[in-house]
Amino acid sequence: MKSFTYERPSSPAEAAAAVAATPDAKFIAGGTNLLDLMKLQIETPRHLVDVNGLGLDTVEPTEEGGLRVGALVRNTDLAAHPRVRKDYGVLARALLAGASGQLRNKATTAGNLLQRTRCPYFYDTAQACNKRRPGSGCAALDGVNRSLAVIGGSEACIATHPGDMAVAMRVLDATVETIDASGTARRIPIAAFHRLPGDAPERDTNLEPGELITAVTLPKPVAGTHIYRKVRDRASYAYALVSVAAILARDGTGHVAFGGVAHKPWRVETAEADLPKGAKAVTDQVFADAKPTPENAFKLKLAERTLSAALNQARA
Amino acid sequence: MVGAAAAPRDPGARTARTDAPVLVPVTFTVNGERRTLELDTRTSLLDAAREHLHLTGSKKGCDHGQCGACTMIVDGRRINACLTLAIMHQGAEITTIEGLGQPDNLHPMQAAFIRHDGYQCGYCTPGQICSGVAVLEEIKAGIPSHVTADLGAAPQVTEAEIRERMSGNICRCGAYSNIVEAMTEVAGARA
Repeated sequence: MKSFTYERPSSPAEAAAAVAATPDAKFIAGGTNLLDLMKLQIETPRHLVDVNGLGLDTVEPTEEGGLRVGALVRNTDLAAHPRVRKDYGVLARALLAGASGQLRNKATTAGNLLQRTRCPYFYDTAQACNKRRPGSGCAALDGVNRSLAVIGGSEACIATHPGDMAVAMRVLDATVETIDASGTARRIPIAAFHRLPGDAPERDTNLEPGELITAVTLPKPVAGTHIYRKVRDRASYAYALVSVAAILARDGTGHVAFGGVAHKPWRVETAEADLPKGAKAVTDQVFADAKPTPENAFKLKLAERTLSAALNQARA
Repeated sequence: MVGAAAAPRDPGARTARTDAPVLVPVTFTVNGERRTLELDTRTSLLDAAREHLHLTGSKKGCDHGQCGACTMIVDGRRINACLTLAIMHQGAEITTIEGLGQPDNLHPMQAAFIRHDGYQCGYCTPGQICSGVAVLEEIKAGIPSHVTADLGAAPQVTEAEIRERMSGNICRCGAYSNIVEAMTEVAGARA
């Protein structure tokens, strides 16, 4: 690991200013992803700004009937929160499907949104990876890409966003709140938060340098059965091959987002009107522009079947 | 104390320009004893315990949060000590396997692991036991898991709950079924 200096700022604006003003600085919260990457020298910050002491760790009701989740609320606490369990079951289920108990005790709401891809070529510093080293190429395109994106990728990158929580937040239409170095606040709809790789896969999100997430806001609850189905290579502590976050009524109407298939949580709202017709009617539209590889084409059928299982669960 | 900047406030001097170690003081309580160390910022909590405090019960397996051998209980919660910086734990209460029990004064979970053969080589065992103790507390506190059928109900100590919640602790010898038995016994004895 490269040497770095370290500070604990006293306010979110001070934290944002410190990262914006310092070359190669990063925020650290739970650290479960960043320190892993620093040990491998995939991330090499020279200065860490520890945001853990800034508060930002409460869940509070909003005037609109929703919830405002502080950036530093731990995954365990968010999943166990009574309002989340009662009104945002898809979010609780997504959180509990992710990582291990030890990691959920550390991992934060904001950090989970910012976790980096688990593409094996991103993790292997001997391989070409445009996300890790822009311009070096993408070894995944012709490599072992069974776990990687089937839609929204580019010639530069077919990495996936690895998270579960963000997929639930996408179906819930959450909003990410930030503050920048000047103290200016900004609200970013979750749909516009993560990016597609395009020709700049090194940028996972639309955050500006030094911009700090302060909270995630959930709109008022949506009625229906809240479902998060995650399909993975083992029963626990593994990334999704495909996941489905859905809020469904008994007649099949509702909303759905997919994880494990793209560089961001994947949702096509216009397809949701066809949910009562069954899974295939929806996934045919959601994945109409899919460009799978021979190794990961199975994800398209898997997405249809996982959605079908979710629809059956909602009808039961 | 918490909030003290460990680096100069002058932005020009703030960033580490070389690979020279940056040393920062940190004070925390380990197994009931207050300890102050001057640590390289890069030092994980695991390395602080093993290399600086010579508490070698916590083990380094993968050093990437995948195996759970390093599990400690920090401020009442189990975490992977390999994936956190020691200097981020100013003022924390840290419990390692040495703090749970000693050979002549075993923690009930340690005694149950012995009774049920909850290990073979023993390398993962300190992490398994720290995790096991914390898992029973998590169930008692009503924290749900992936296999909890009803998010509105209090989770129960079942084999499925234990197996799911222990998935962050790998045992290469495959002592899992005996670990489940040991944890079930401790949960029952306490109920």
